[in-house]
Amino acid sequence: MQVEKEEILHIANLACLNIKDEEIEEYRKNLQDILNWVDIVNRVDTSNINETICSTNNINIFRKDEIEEFQDKELLLQNAPEKQNNMFNIPKVIQ
Amino acid sequence: MELYELTVHELMDKLDRKEITSEEIIKSYSKRIEEKEKDIQAFVTTTIDTAMEKAKNINRENSKLAGIPIGIKDNICTKGVKTTCSSKMLENFIAPYNATVIEKIENEGLISLGKLNMDEFAMGASTEYSAFKTTKNPWNLQTVPGGSSGGSAAAVAANLVPWALGSDTGGSIRQPAALCGVVGLKPTYGMVSRYGLVAFASSLDQIGPITKDVEDAAILLNAISGHDEKDSTSVNLPKKDYTQNLVKDVSKLKIGVPKEFFGEGINEEVKTSVEKAIEQYRKLGATVEECSLNIANEALAVYYIIACAEASSNLGRFDGIRYGYRTKNFNNLKDIYKNSRSEGFGAEVKRRIILGTYVLSSGYYDAYYKKAQKVRTVIKQEFEKLFEKYDVLITPTSPTVAYEIGTKSNNPLEMYLADLCTVSVNIAGLPGISIPCGVDSQGMPIGLQLIGKPFGEETIIQAAYTYEQEIKFREKYKPEFKM
Repeated sequence: MQVEKEEILHIANLACLNIKDEEIEEYRKNLQDILNWVDIVNRVDTSNINETICSTNNINIFRKDEIEEFQDKELLLQNAPEKQNNMFNIPKVIQ
Repeated sequence: MELYELTVHELMDKLDRKEITSEEIIKSYSKRIEEKEKDIQAFVTTTIDTAMEKAKNINRENSKLAGIPIGIKDNICTKGVKTTCSSKMLENFIAPYNATVIEKIENEGLISLGKLNMDEFAMGASTEYSAFKTTKNPWNLQTVPGGSSGGSAAAVAANLVPWALGSDTGGSIRQPAALCGVVGLKPTYGMVSRYGLVAFASSLDQIGPITKDVEDAAILLNAISGHDEKDSTSVNLPKKDYTQNLVKDVSKLKIGVPKEFFGEGINEEVKTSVEKAIEQYRKLGATVEECSLNIANEALAVYYIIACAEASSNLGRFDGIRYGYRTKNFNNLKDIYKNSRSEGFGAEVKRRIILGTYVLSSGYYDAYYKKAQKVRTVIKQEFEKLFEKYDVLITPTSPTVAYEIGTKSNNPLEMYLADLCTVSVNIAGLPGISIPCGVDSQGMPIGLQLIGKPFGEETIIQAAYTYEQEIKFREKYKPEFKM
């Protein structure tokens, strides 16, 4: 699969990352090298094979849906880059 | 002999006989850290002062481990002490809760000496991708300790901690253990709770012990394993005592040696040393047979697709809003997200997020991600077939011994090959242990890996213990802190 410059910018945008103009080629080449290499997965015949999502194959592990109040709210907020009263501060979203 | 030179089970014996106190142990380590940490750079945060306080109030009635110190990889959440993942993104993050493994070891009375360096978000195989410092290998300070749990392995090897917790997504416990000449055990997926482990690739991550010997690994596994409601992938099995398997006997053991791990890309001296170890197993009465695991290279590719895909999703939570780094440079919300992530993550993390986002993106999802998940099934089946015939598989842990700092960090693809022997174990969710089996011509340690069936920790521990007792690596070789 050939990776184009525009694609790198598209992927970076999806991943919420900025890529500087001078970095684009490096990222492109890097991704290209890795994709060329991981292409060997296509050597494996997987007709009639299901995917493994998780090695234990456990699905739908339920627990009781009970509300537990987290006691240390102060500790939660202490990591906030910007806060006001009991809330996280963000820039205005609706103009 | 200094206390810091002892294994944990030796310290436990001395504590039991009241020959020493916990305070004396902490003091011994404190002195050692003061002397050697400047050379090794294993710690991101030390907590020696609080450790001294805790050691004064130790109650040894409930647990034999009470009063023993430990080091913790810095991606395991510790309430009140910074958990940085060696990333600028979490440089000042203080977890508001403890990981389940931390609750467990604290209940046992273990005392943390601090948080240990790693590759940023556990992405790397040399600890060079830490945003803060480069940890050195105690056997030769010019070389890497391996990674990503390089701080944990180097700290154990240099006697800065008696044992440590690491995490292993594609080899991050076993490979640094091999490069630092210590023991590293990656438990079966689901054996140890991941609650509070900062997620890299959730279907592959597992916490495990890095120790001076196999007995200590069994003791620490006893302490940290078990079902946890907070981790729905943890498995509910009857509690076992792995120290019951510290028995020197491999006479009934059937060993498979997958030839693919002894070919191209494996250093000759590593190969020779592991082959010698296999011969030793034969002499000790085990049945040894060459076998084939024909998907070794494909497993590495599957690993990088799946691990990066899961990472790109897991690391989506770092947005600069509730915790973690926030850029100073923004006009709107999107700017906060983008600039915080771009400034907070290091180059390797960004590379992997880009790869992961690519393989999950519309148009490529089937070709890469879905295909890799299918090949994952094939890899699991290949292992299942081998385990119909064999109890354990033996391979080298790492294709090479520790290499010079800076020689591979600019070539991601070459760095990825370091995981060749270890990743397939994570892909299939199996347990694996690395134990030292010798040194190369430069005196650098070589590790061999024993791979077991799912929840076959008992078998690999017994096999590892038997070999360890026979060759007595720790008595013959010690790190020299070569400059």
